[in-house]
Amino acid sequence: MTLNNDIVLSRLQEKFADGILEAYINFDQLNIEIVPAFAAEILRFLKEDEEMGFNYLTDLTAVHMPEQAGKEIGVVYHLHNLYANYRLRLKAWIPEADPVISTASGIWLGANWMERETYDNFGVRFDGHPDLRRILNVDHMEIFPLLKQYPLEDSSRDDKDDRFFGR
Amino acid sequence: MTEQSIFGEDFLKTEEKQYNTLNLGPTHPATHGVFQNILQMDGEIIMSAEPTIGYIHRAFEKLAERRPFYQVTPITDRLNYCSAPINNIGWHMTVEKLLQVESPKRVDYMRVIIMELARISDHLVCNAVLGVDAGALTGFTYMFQERERIYDMFEELAGARLTTNIGRVGGFERDFTPGFHAKLKDFLAGFPKRFEEFDRLITRNRIFMDRVVNVGPISAEKALSYSFAGPNLRAAGVDYDVRVMNPYCSYQDFDFKIPVGTQGDTFDRFMVRQNEIRESLKIINQAYNNLPEGNFHADCPEFYLPKKEEVYNSMEALIWHFKIVMGEVDLPPGEVYHSVEGANGELGYYLISDGGRTPYRLHFRRPCFIYYQAYPEMIKGQMLSDAILTLSSMNVIAGELDA
Repeated sequence: MTLNNDIVLSRLQEKFADGILEAYINFDQLNIEIVPAFAAEILRFLKEDEEMGFNYLTDLTAVHMPEQAGKEIGVVYHLHNLYANYRLRLKAWIPEADPVISTASGIWLGANWMERETYDNFGVRFDGHPDLRRILNVDHMEIFPLLKQYPLEDSSRDDKDDRFFGR
Repeated sequence: MTEQSIFGEDFLKTEEKQYNTLNLGPTHPATHGVFQNILQMDGEIIMSAEPTIGYIHRAFEKLAERRPFYQVTPITDRLNYCSAPINNIGWHMTVEKLLQVESPKRVDYMRVIIMELARISDHLVCNAVLGVDAGALTGFTYMFQERERIYDMFEELAGARLTTNIGRVGGFERDFTPGFHAKLKDFLAGFPKRFEEFDRLITRNRIFMDRVVNVGPISAEKALSYSFAGPNLRAAGVDYDVRVMNPYCSYQDFDFKIPVGTQGDTFDRFMVRQNEIRESLKIINQAYNNLPEGNFHADCPEFYLPKKEEVYNSMEALIWHFKIVMGEVDLPPGEVYHSVEGANGELGYYLISDGGRTPYRLHFRRPCFIYYQAYPEMIKGQMLSDAILTLSSMNVIAGELDA
């Protein structure tokens, strides 16, 4: 059983003509940007279709790009087909104002905590998640700390001049 | 796993039972780390568990966004601190992949030796401590001596023992020193015999077998669905190993086997680790006997921190030293995912660079974090003492769990 970029991309494009936005290759790995509303369908298809067979969810995380108006937060899925040894990266961009995407925890059990971590850090609400609570940070934290508007150091300090730190 | 207690199927079905709540952790001595589990107990039987994590969360992913690439290495030390060199080298390889730096063959082999030594020390700690939790303290005292020998070797190369910060982007800070060669030869000559003694002491021990067989099992399907990795996945019978699937660091040059289990229980996890130690020894022997000649670092002066002697004596090295230390070297823009087979499984680095001096976003795929979520399911219907052994055999490292 073999899989390659062309097979995966053409199968996805024929099945979800409206769900695929863009595809590009980055360091030999196929990246596909998908419409967030199609996320659950596409992921389920990728897992359950016999030819696709992505039986292993390697990683699920997010990235914040504040300059992309209307699609600031990207939810990133790393999938792996262990039989064909083929890796795929999916991205769905959602607005920071209303960061909702459907959960993958019904497809891979392991997505449960990965989604909780992503919620904890970015505030992405995974629709249909059984137990979406903070996991690493304290429960009463009011911000989502990995968003770029929260600087690492206290921005009110004036004794630290960026010039002296090579920044 | 079906919900079946050791007292038979009907036992769990009794409805009107009052359960006792038991707080296991966060600082329970038997959990080897800061883990809290709120258990609902029916006598000695665990009905449900609710894990709370994050007690040592240090926001590594946020910290990494303000740090130049070589300052991220000490952060990776503190993920799985039982095998820090694997984390360090995995991070260096991620940066090299982004920079498209080709490392010399000698660097690959040196890295393989260091990473397999780290894997041995990690597995030794896990298995020896599993013995302690089952009541066998003797093996632990002997195997910790072996771990000290491995740490002595790291000290020769990096100057540190636990959080090693070993190596550089492109290779190593120094070639194998004469002291390292002597210690490695000594280790390779003496360790197998002492390890087999430990194996004879524990593996077929009746008391130990009674404590670990059929304790905390997980099926292959469940393990895959939970994204298990490493020895825990292989104990369930799935032969997934990054070293074989996506060889890095010239792992394709070496002849070794992937041990797999069948039941996914504590005994299988123990045995998989025992056999991986033997395979790691085989790899180290092959790599050390065929260690290629050549440079111990890649030729990438803008990213490789030069030697101190050169910094003091050559203008060019001084300039690079200054630029690297002050963080004036930008990474090229790009997005890479690189994974290595850590001691606990696939340790992944997802790095997005926007062309600045620090990562724009760095995410660690931490195997512990991902598989620890299956823990409540694995201990349901088991005895409290089995829960301790299950946790111990899963090798959940608090640093890697909480990042």
